[in-house]
Amino acid sequence: MDISVFGSRKLWVAGLALLILVALATLPFYGSLYMTILMTAILMYIIITVSWVIFSGPSGYLSLASAAFFGIGIYASAILLPTTGAVLPVLVVVLIAGALSFVVAVLVGFLTLRLRGIYFAIFTFGLVELIKQFLLFWEFEVTHTRGRYVLLVDSRTIFYIMLGIFVALILTAYFIRNSKFGLALRSIGENEAAAAHSGVNVTMVKVITFGISAVFMGMAGAIMATRWTYVDPYIAFNPFFSFMPVLMAVFGGLGQFYGPIVGATIFAYLEEVLLTTFPYYYMLIFGCVLVATMLFMPKGFTGLIQKGWKRVSGGQQHANT
Amino acid sequence: MPESVITILDLAIGGLLLGAIYALIAMGLSLQYGVARVLNIAHGEFIMIGAFATYTLYTVFGINPLLTLVIVGPIIFVIGFLLHRTMFRRLSITAPTPDAYEASSLLATFGLLFIIQNLALIGWGATPRAYSYLNFGVNIGGAVFTANRLVILGFAVAIGVGFYLFLIRTRMGKAIRAAAQDAKTAGLMGVNINLVLAICFGLGAVLAAVAGTLMSMRISLTPTIGLNYTVISIIIIVLGGLGSIPGSFIGGFILGIIGTVVTYYNPSLSLAAYYFIFVMLLLVRPKGIFGK
Repeated sequence: MDISVFGSRKLWVAGLALLILVALATLPFYGSLYMTILMTAILMYIIITVSWVIFSGPSGYLSLASAAFFGIGIYASAILLPTTGAVLPVLVVVLIAGALSFVVAVLVGFLTLRLRGIYFAIFTFGLVELIKQFLLFWEFEVTHTRGRYVLLVDSRTIFYIMLGIFVALILTAYFIRNSKFGLALRSIGENEAAAAHSGVNVTMVKVITFGISAVFMGMAGAIMATRWTYVDPYIAFNPFFSFMPVLMAVFGGLGQFYGPIVGATIFAYLEEVLLTTFPYYYMLIFGCVLVATMLFMPKGFTGLIQKGWKRVSGGQQHANT
Repeated sequence: MPESVITILDLAIGGLLLGAIYALIAMGLSLQYGVARVLNIAHGEFIMIGAFATYTLYTVFGINPLLTLVIVGPIIFVIGFLLHRTMFRRLSITAPTPDAYEASSLLATFGLLFIIQNLALIGWGATPRAYSYLNFGVNIGGAVFTANRLVILGFAVAIGVGFYLFLIRTRMGKAIRAAAQDAKTAGLMGVNINLVLAICFGLGAVLAAVAGTLMSMRISLTPTIGLNYTVISIIIIVLGGLGSIPGSFIGGFILGIIGTVVTYYNPSLSLAAYYFIFVMLLLVRPKGIFGK
């Protein structure tokens, strides 16, 4: 491959990314309030999906704990940002929520990442429910409350914090993907035993990545709580937020860096448009699309587009595995 | 009889009842995962379908819920069989490795969950429903039980034992057990493996639907009840050892009794207790109590 072509392509991608970033950053100035709120929701789904992909994509461990880390962020925010008498600034609370999710993820990771395959998926799913049931019990028996109200924050502030988390996440994901660390993670996904024999500290790499992916979910949850203003354990620890990132990433296609982003954007937009008017039909369509994706386009939406593009452009390469 | 003995008897019957239902649904999932390698997240949706079919047949057409068992069973079997023949068969052909098949079929069943649940929400709506059947007290040595509880217990145990005999005594049962041990080798020995796997998936769905029919006499029904039962079945099959059908039968009773006792002391803790057992089990002995 010609190195200069590669370089110019990279430049082109960076330019495009910068353009999108500028368009997003100035959105509150030219777009309506509705646009800003819609974009916040889309960014939230992208954040959860991409942070899920950081860990589960290369390592091959199917994590269903996203809702747990997202929920921890939500609850951190609910406790630290009450409607009256909040002492900490919103941004600090978001950072604390990220740190808290990181700590929980690392602890859970040390305990469970030795579980292989389906066991890990089941365990992480159980984790969400365990935390939810514990909180329900706590609120029912100890504090005698049901749910909490969260400080109302200006939509623009929420949007900018969400955008900040998004940018930090994309940079992190990019660096992990292109570093030795990311290579180690991929080698674990391909053959864990071989990776360990080649000198990769398997446990460390898995646990740290799991923790990093949880940071962003926690932060997104913390800021989203201020948008929802009322949370209870059912809202915060909804297993839906564990399935969603998996489905969005698989639909988008795990083969490319931008695949999960495309998947999350499409579904977040559809949800915003359909969920309020036809909630059941939205979820029904969602299910059908998921089954169809698994059956007919295992490489996801972007994989399909690429294949189609190759056919149209008459490229020499065949779309091989 | 003294008060404490009545309480113990009450808990014992309650625990056996819950345990029998759990045993049925867990055996169903055990067939689907242990033999057909599909960790069916939509398992609970078949329970829900069974329960709603019974409700509708009883309230609209006045059909006896126990008669519904014979109506719902075959229909759900055909649905499950065809699902495996079309969807999961295709996934298993395209998947490069057995692990990849487990992951892709797991995700496909998520899709099924959304489809079935939302079709039910569109059809029946989200308001809780219940009906009353055999709802009168029966006095056993001083303790009073509702008749439908005893009927559910009797039928659940009979179906469970019948199913077990089917596995042990018939040729098809033998083929299923062989496929559970090693599907590939069973195929080489002349078992029509694709047929057996599809039958397993169908039978798993039937056990769920039948449990749903029985349960519908006692619980309030909404289209979203399914997922909870799926999770409970998963906990039980991990408890009994993934793929072990006797293990899930016994595990069902163990969890049912624990659940009933915990509920007696503090109702808000029963689900938390299940998850606690589950999480501890995965950490200490992920192979399950009866796992090899």
